[in-house]
Amino acid sequence: MSNASTLERVSAKAAKSITSSEAFQNHLESLENAPKWLIDLKTEQWEQFSSLPMPTPKSEAWRFARTGNLSLDKYQLSSDLTPSEIEDAQKNSHLIESYSGKMVFANDQLVEKKEATASLSQAGLIWAPLAKAINEHGSLLRKFLLTFTPDLGSEKFQALHGALFSNGSFLYVPVGMEVTLPFVAYHEICGHGAAVFPHTLIIADAGAKVHLVDIFQSTGANTKNFACGMASIFAGAGAQVSYQAIQEWNLETLSFHLNSVSAERDADVQTVTVNLGSHQTRSEQHTCLSGPGSNVDNFSLSVPTGNQEVDQRTLQTHKAPSCRSNMLYKNALMDDSRTIFSGLIKVEESAQQTDAYQTNRNLLLNGSAEANSLPGLEILANDVKCSHGATTGELDKEQLYYLLARGITRKKAEELLVFGFFEEVFSHLENDELREHLNSWIGKKFHVDPPTGNPVTNS
Amino acid sequence: MSSLDIRNLEIHVEGKPIVKDFTLNVPKGEVHALMGPNGSGKSTLAKALAGHEDYQIVAGEASLNGQNILKMEVDEIARAGLFMAFQYPSEIPGVSIANFIRAALTARLADNEELDAARYYRRLYEKMDLLKIDRKFTARSVNEGFSGGEKKRCEILQMAMLQPHFAIMDETDSGLDIDALKIVSHGVNTMRGPDLGILLITHYQRLLDYIVPDKVHVMWDGRIVRSGGKELALELEEKGYDWVKEEVAVV
Repeated sequence: MSNASTLERVSAKAAKSITSSEAFQNHLESLENAPKWLIDLKTEQWEQFSSLPMPTPKSEAWRFARTGNLSLDKYQLSSDLTPSEIEDAQKNSHLIESYSGKMVFANDQLVEKKEATASLSQAGLIWAPLAKAINEHGSLLRKFLLTFTPDLGSEKFQALHGALFSNGSFLYVPVGMEVTLPFVAYHEICGHGAAVFPHTLIIADAGAKVHLVDIFQSTGANTKNFACGMASIFAGAGAQVSYQAIQEWNLETLSFHLNSVSAERDADVQTVTVNLGSHQTRSEQHTCLSGPGSNVDNFSLSVPTGNQEVDQRTLQTHKAPSCRSNMLYKNALMDDSRTIFSGLIKVEESAQQTDAYQTNRNLLLNGSAEANSLPGLEILANDVKCSHGATTGELDKEQLYYLLARGITRKKAEELLVFGFFEEVFSHLENDELREHLNSWIGKKFHVDPPTGNPVTNS
Repeated sequence: MSSLDIRNLEIHVEGKPIVKDFTLNVPKGEVHALMGPNGSGKSTLAKALAGHEDYQIVAGEASLNGQNILKMEVDEIARAGLFMAFQYPSEIPGVSIANFIRAALTARLADNEELDAARYYRRLYEKMDLLKIDRKFTARSVNEGFSGGEKKRCEILQMAMLQPHFAIMDETDSGLDIDALKIVSHGVNTMRGPDLGILLITHYQRLLDYIVPDKVHVMWDGRIVRSGGKELALELEEKGYDWVKEEVAVV
């Protein structure tokens, strides 16, 4: 085969919309040594995608959300990366320099990897790109892969993810292993029209302790892209998992992040989601308290500006007794931006002594921003403590006066109050490097300087 | 002349006159106590001078070292050197004491100046030690979850750090137990000197045992009805505010 015809073939493939069956067939062919179970799984997902309807303004699970921009025909799976795209992706990926392992993906292709230490690997830890893990750790991985999806209204997109995902990070932590420094995965989109399906799968075995950070970015500011990611966390008995997702796709991107947490007996999971990018993002979080005594905190912070929309749908399912779950979603809205928070706490009959909390706080920094809140409870057990609350308001006038009365200028006082509003979520980031980058990104969104340094607490 | 000078001030709240024809001069370096029963207009005067928008100044003058503060924005009044120790300080979630005071100090610097962080923390800890505030408080959100006494000490800490020309202390003694009162008074007494004027608002004589004033003024129905030396406070303590009311009625 000549070079010319290879190029032709690649570009012909690349031109196919992700919604076309040719694109799906090409994707299957591109998978190297794919096991039969994967092909079967993907085929089933593709059939689901094809049969499910697109959301409409009348879909209850899409209430208040924009459904007019969801057409996927203009996006394609990307072909080979250019050297400069690879270089840009690598350059973008230095936000956290103290880590246990690192992977950089550009359009779902692995372009850089920093291995976990030999001692961790020898003790059974697996830190691998999903494409490789499917072949090397298939029997472990397939027990979890796509077995717990959020199902909160984006089933069609979830199925498309299942059909077309090709890579992402796979992290398995064996029984009792505790890893201090975070694992970091960067997911970059490059090039106009590219669609990506980043997948994150964390399996923490009994008593394991681990921390993973996903960072989603674009290498260009103006490329129109589609991102549909999934992150699934399975925390075994007594495991402690901390997960952070920073969504900073460019402002032309349509994105979906469909995440789930399953916590077994006495497991302790904490997630922090920060939404900064995308013109429209759909963030789904399904948390399942599967084993007694488990505890899950889901924190989220979104800072939409311009006409960005952040659409958040959450579900806390309590299946086992004596569990605690806490969901805190904070949104600070500028300009004409919009947010939707729709959350449900579901306590099953067997889940006695449940503590479940759900809070959505919206700070309107401009009169034409719009925050919608739909909190809900569905309780079948009789011995539970549950609360849900939603508030929407502007900056507190008395607080502002207090800051002004100390001589702080109005602009700086407002900025302090806004960053003060974020603090309840930021304090859970557990990573100073990440915190500083977020401060500076958010500062740029507000056209203000970020707060200077952290307070010194030691004497 | 260096003074806080208030002349014929009339202040309305929701259209009603609360402070009427109020005149007072506090020279720099002096401590004046403003006493009076609840509702006499003491706190209204304080908040209006600090620029709160709920208080309308409809007549009169107020100046700080000769500068008219009635035309200034809230933050400008503070930077001109007037400090207000609030009776009920606001809680500011998510803003640490260290960052808050640092922002207030930075606002007083010229554009090309920067705060020396090491020197800043040294001074902050020194003042915290003086006021017996745990150093861990630097990382805590301003006033959030503080006891009444901790809030008042935090006000005095800010005053010590910002070094104003004049301070109005509004009921700083309210909600303080005797130990906290001694600590706060000691902090204030340490700051006393030729460069600081203080207007101390209280309705109990107790505070004045610890912060001994140069002058005492009694406020009744929106204006000063008597002025005198520190012995006036003792006389008030003995005879009660009804004594003043009767005298005013006679006049």
